[in-house]
Amino acid sequence: MENLIDYIGIASNKPKGARPYFFDDPAVERVLNITMAIGMELAVTRERLDSLERILEAKGILTKEEINNYVPDSKKTEQERQQWHSEYISRILRIVQQEMEQLKNPDKSLHEIADDIDKM
Amino acid sequence: MAAKNLPPTYDKIAKHEVFPELTHDERARYNFLANLNKHLAHVSQGNSTAFEKRVQPKFEKEKGRTFQTKDELGDAMAEDPHYQTWSALRRLTMEMRQQAGRSMTYRQAVALRDKVNKLNEGKNTLILNDEVKVPPYLLAVDNHLMPGSYHTELFEGDVCNAANYDGGLFVTTAGLLGRYSDGGGQAIAQWMKNNHPSFNPKRILDIGCGIGHNTLPIAKLYPDAEVIAIDTGRPMLRYGHARAQALGFNNVKFMQVEASNLPFENESFDWIQTTMFLHETGGKSIYNIMREIFRCLRPNGITMHIEQPQYTDDMSMYEQWIRDWDAYNNSEPYWSKMHDIDPKQLMEDCGFDGKEFMQIGAKAINDLDDGTKKSDEPEDHGRSPIWNVFGAWKR
Repeated sequence: MENLIDYIGIASNKPKGARPYFFDDPAVERVLNITMAIGMELAVTRERLDSLERILEAKGILTKEEINNYVPDSKKTEQERQQWHSEYISRILRIVQQEMEQLKNPDKSLHEIADDIDKM
Repeated sequence: MAAKNLPPTYDKIAKHEVFPELTHDERARYNFLANLNKHLAHVSQGNSTAFEKRVQPKFEKEKGRTFQTKDELGDAMAEDPHYQTWSALRRLTMEMRQQAGRSMTYRQAVALRDKVNKLNEGKNTLILNDEVKVPPYLLAVDNHLMPGSYHTELFEGDVCNAANYDGGLFVTTAGLLGRYSDGGGQAIAQWMKNNHPSFNPKRILDIGCGIGHNTLPIAKLYPDAEVIAIDTGRPMLRYGHARAQALGFNNVKFMQVEASNLPFENESFDWIQTTMFLHETGGKSIYNIMREIFRCLRPNGITMHIEQPQYTDDMSMYEQWIRDWDAYNNSEPYWSKMHDIDPKQLMEDCGFDGKEFMQIGAKAINDLDDGTKKSDEPEDHGRSPIWNVFGAWKR
């Protein structure tokens, strides 16, 4: 029966109600959705690699079982890993932060700055 | 820009006999999503800046007046690029959370069903009733974007959405509800213990219990009480009952019952509780449900309702509007409409004495809180574990 359940298809089902789109062009939203999903999978891969390295370092041997069962073994490790996620997300959403900074402190365009410098 | 208080890693969640098995990568996916949720709370702060610095000034310049309605304000904000980016990111984060939870639970769907059945078999504390229908307000929408909502079974005995819900709360709230995601139930239990130490309920009803996560702290506080937890979602009841059994609770009965048609006698409960339930009902049903609560409460009994903060007169139009984001974009539509109801009036209309009405603030009790001082972080509307609790004694 387990094989009869199309869990891959089911996993991505749409909830009831028309999906709201926020960008003027839905294509932008589509690309962002795909990009963020890839972003998550990279984070997952990075965390897996981190587990691998920590186990290798600790034991010098490697089994698949060990990677599958690895969870942070100290507060320090836990924080290092969450810190990595926090930094990673900040990195890939860089443009959002920069737009917020520009919004808070509006800056001149480089054309305007070029004109300014021309007079300096 | 980065979250200051890092969320706990997913392995800190409390497990029990029917909890789904997660692989390394499934846990990592949840770690990413919890962190992304925290990050977006910071990104959301750009919305008020955008509103103050460009959306409002532009509107006022063009129209020669300020906003008169929330719809007008919303239409103007919808054109703002920062709001568009934040909204798109927040929406996709919720969708990715559901997708990750569904792939994790449905790949082990049969094993989950079997684990649940094993604990439920032969127990008289799980009472399902085919004749009880899922109310229309639950059929109309998949609350918080969970496809199939609380009631759908893709095969007989399917409990995947319940297991998805159990494992997912920790991610959406970044662990702020504690290891058992029961911070709400813990808060109301502690309030009762501290404020009414002599209150000793013999019979307690929890309406819209879901997987019973907020019922159990109350059952723990009153181990001699008969506790009845009701819902219309069969997967939630099956899973919730098995979960309670796995956690050693034998004084909680899970019943398939519809809230506006309680099969209980008049004046038969000392305490009737709802937790984050009323905002997932409907405009007429909320009155029917409250009338049923009044009918079933004993004199000197109490009813309490944990909900999102109500809108107040001193809340700006922008603040009210942004608090509605989840209603429309995270599919909890009645959340917005319920804000127009005065809870005191609701209770008075359904039989309660306005003099007995009370309203308190409650913060989740989080067993993961290690007591270290936390940095101030921006409030993420609708996600903060800070609630409005209203209710009344029936005299």
